[in-house]
Amino acid sequence: MAEIGSFALLLALALSVYSFLAGIVALAFQNRPSSQLAGGTAGGSIASREETSVITTLRQGSERIGETARRAGIATFAAVLLASFVLVICAFRDDFSIAYILHHSNRDLPGPYKFAVLWSGQEGSLLFWSLLLAAYGFVLRLRYKADPRLFAYASVVLSGVQIFFLLLLNFAAHPFAIVQGTIPADGNGLNPLLQYPEMVIHPPMLYLGYVGFTIPFAFALGALIMKYPGEKWIHITRRWTMVTWAFLTCGVFLGAHWAYSVLGWGGYWGWDPVENASLMPWLTGTAFLHSVMMQEKRGMLKMWNMWLVFATFWLAILGTFLTRSGIISSVHAFAQSSIGDWFAWFLVITLVVFVFFFFKNKSHLRSEHKLESLVSRESSFLFNNLLFVLLCFTVLWGTWFPKISELVQGNKVTVGAPFYNRVAIPVALLLLILTAVGPLLAWRKTSLESLKRNFMWPTIGAIAIAIFLMITPQSWGSAFGLKPWKDISYLYSLMAIALSVLVTLTVASEFYRGGRVISKHTGQGMFASMVQLTHRNTRRYGGYIVHFGVVVVIIGFAGAAFNLDKEQEMGYGDKMTIGPYTLICRSYTDDDAPNYASEWAVLDVYKGGKQIDTMTPVRRFYKASRQTSTMPDIRSTLNEDLYIVFEGLNQDNGHPILKAHLNALVMWIWMGVWIMLIGTVLALIPNAPAPVRVPAHARLEPAHAGRAVTGD
Amino acid sequence: MERKVSGPWCRVLGPHPRPETQELRPDVMKNPNSKKMPGRRIRRSAHILLLCAAIFALLGASDPATRFNQIGHQMMCICGCNQILLECNHVGCPASDGMRNELMASVTRGDSDSLVEQGFVQKYGPTVLAAPTTRGFDRAAYIMPFVALILGFGLIVLVIRTWKNRPAPAIADGLHPVRGIELEQFRDQARKDTDL
Repeated sequence: MAEIGSFALLLALALSVYSFLAGIVALAFQNRPSSQLAGGTAGGSIASREETSVITTLRQGSERIGETARRAGIATFAAVLLASFVLVICAFRDDFSIAYILHHSNRDLPGPYKFAVLWSGQEGSLLFWSLLLAAYGFVLRLRYKADPRLFAYASVVLSGVQIFFLLLLNFAAHPFAIVQGTIPADGNGLNPLLQYPEMVIHPPMLYLGYVGFTIPFAFALGALIMKYPGEKWIHITRRWTMVTWAFLTCGVFLGAHWAYSVLGWGGYWGWDPVENASLMPWLTGTAFLHSVMMQEKRGMLKMWNMWLVFATFWLAILGTFLTRSGIISSVHAFAQSSIGDWFAWFLVITLVVFVFFFFKNKSHLRSEHKLESLVSRESSFLFNNLLFVLLCFTVLWGTWFPKISELVQGNKVTVGAPFYNRVAIPVALLLLILTAVGPLLAWRKTSLESLKRNFMWPTIGAIAIAIFLMITPQSWGSAFGLKPWKDISYLYSLMAIALSVLVTLTVASEFYRGGRVISKHTGQGMFASMVQLTHRNTRRYGGYIVHFGVVVVIIGFAGAAFNLDKEQEMGYGDKMTIGPYTLICRSYTDDDAPNYASEWAVLDVYKGGKQIDTMTPVRRFYKASRQTSTMPDIRSTLNEDLYIVFEGLNQDNGHPILKAHLNALVMWIWMGVWIMLIGTVLALIPNAPAPVRVPAHARLEPAHAGRAVTGD
Repeated sequence: MERKVSGPWCRVLGPHPRPETQELRPDVMKNPNSKKMPGRRIRRSAHILLLCAAIFALLGASDPATRFNQIGHQMMCICGCNQILLECNHVGCPASDGMRNELMASVTRGDSDSLVEQGFVQKYGPTVLAAPTTRGFDRAAYIMPFVALILGFGLIVLVIRTWKNRPAPAIADGLHPVRGIELEQFRDQARKDTDL
């Protein structure tokens, strides 16, 4: 099997190289003026029949070469798919003669995790990356008729990126490398932290996001090279970008949920370099989704959009470089290896290529329109982009600072959560203000009068909610009784919640005003009118729903200011109280399964003197990898999560040591992500055409006129 | 012990800075025309703001449990788990228990925040602090994002000015561009007609 996999990878590399080179040749001939094709004799005079025939033949030849390049690109997908399929089959067949399978699987590993072996290690995840890239390329090359020339350019760029990954797979990180010497009877097993259902879907989602941004980049670079007229490439890539963004959003938050559910430290985001690596392209990608509207509607920010697309693609690769080179220490980084050098070179080459074509053709990217007013949608997008890019820069700076510090002062420093909280939260709050204000601003110019009119009630509502949260007693729940003067974290939380309310009210007012107009014209109910309104402009109103999802997530983040935790050793009948909950240890025991042995406690949960639940936090010991992993038990409600971790046993008396966390508003984060995804899906639905309503008298008049003409 | 834990929204000030006392200048106090001088009013407002900020920074930082929680969230466990000291959740962790005890002892002794931090840095190295300090080159970590913000803001202002000063596109002979009140009237009409 290993031979088939290796052959498939080599074949894929050969096909990619062909697709790249043949694509360039075809485009080079198609781009040449007729004079050059005919050897320079046709310039200025009437070309002879023979010359015309030569030109036609050359053009047809280049088209045929271009077609073979396209088909080679499609065949690359088939070859990479075969290689991936072979690796998965090898995992299911427990073929430990392949080093990758030996190191990442074992006989008793459950089926879904054997499938997940494909992306659980360095070599496999690179193969998976290559597979997704080939799959995106496959779809792109099938849809080439939308604009054959632009798609041909994009196809060449994609092939270039694909060549890099296939070179890595064939020569630096071969997934089908054979074990030397005696083949062990069983494998080392999958990392216990990865043996969790979400791990089967989190990496594919994240990779779909990372890899997907190659498509807008390929189109952008293609459009730049060929000096593509107009904004059509933006229209073509809009859906790609939105789908990719949705995948990346999903991947980032699935990762957060996985960390929350598996790592057992009670949090969901630790500002680890690997987490930062996924956040950076998300931030620039989000900025691009906003600024691209400026280019579509007003022909502005063309250069900036080019850079944003490139930065998003580049940051996705940079993140991979960070995690795979070992240059920055991280809890979930892959082992240090030589492939970091490959990534470094690839980053340099892509930067050089992009910068070269940018400066060569930048005159083509001049803005067409002028800005009429500072109080306009255009300027709000500019500031929005500034803040997104600044957040991205902050994360990048924080991620690299330990290395920079080591270079400058000779010692490393840690850049953890306190740094990001201090620097990033104020910027995020500013961004939240813009999220509230932006939708209320009109393109070109907004009068202060209309801004005041639209903004007054949402602002009053937000201030009222903030005052309400301050004066209510704390016993009402986590987010109540917020005294911002007691702690800066309360101040930030209060600001975040108040601004979230502001955004929600502005979004609601947009729906209400639009719905009211439709309702007045059609006589429909308000809800039906709002549905129709959304269907008429799915992108705009889908976007508002995404904004609403974001504020729900932000409210969830704000809840972290009220978190509590408590650690205690608990024997039979021992009691622990945390917040309104009382936990009583009913039992603790152990168990044995083929893949792992486990220790767990049984806890009765009481609230207000009444038993409401029984929880069973578990700690597992995985036999193959000889590693332990916690499986916290989480009781989620809208108000808070009761999160219990089985930390281990007291060696002296055998009693379990348990840690309980009371995490406020965490469920809001996961709900918000669902709302964001629903909004994105809505924004992808094509608009319904607005019905043309003609008044009755207007319909009658032409009819009379028609009779007069025809004599009826 | 029940304790407040950190998260993205928690405890961002770190060790609370000592506020600098601002004295109002007597000449400003006595000057009957001071109300008319906008510069002084701005300065006085800035003083009040500074004072408020200092009061904010001072609040709730005194009792040992709060300080233990606060400082413990500014430090890392050095066992290699890359976790905040008070969030390290390994039973039998070779480092965190000892570090917590040391921290508790220092706080109970009444050591200042900076003294506690210095002691930990001397013993475990600078990576024990969860964030760069505000001394020496470490300051660059905090300064750079704000420098970038200022530069970015300046750039946007420049772009807006350039775009605003760009000449209007030429239009056909015999037509004059609509501007000012007339343009506003057309805009209002268009908004009414297409209000969606």
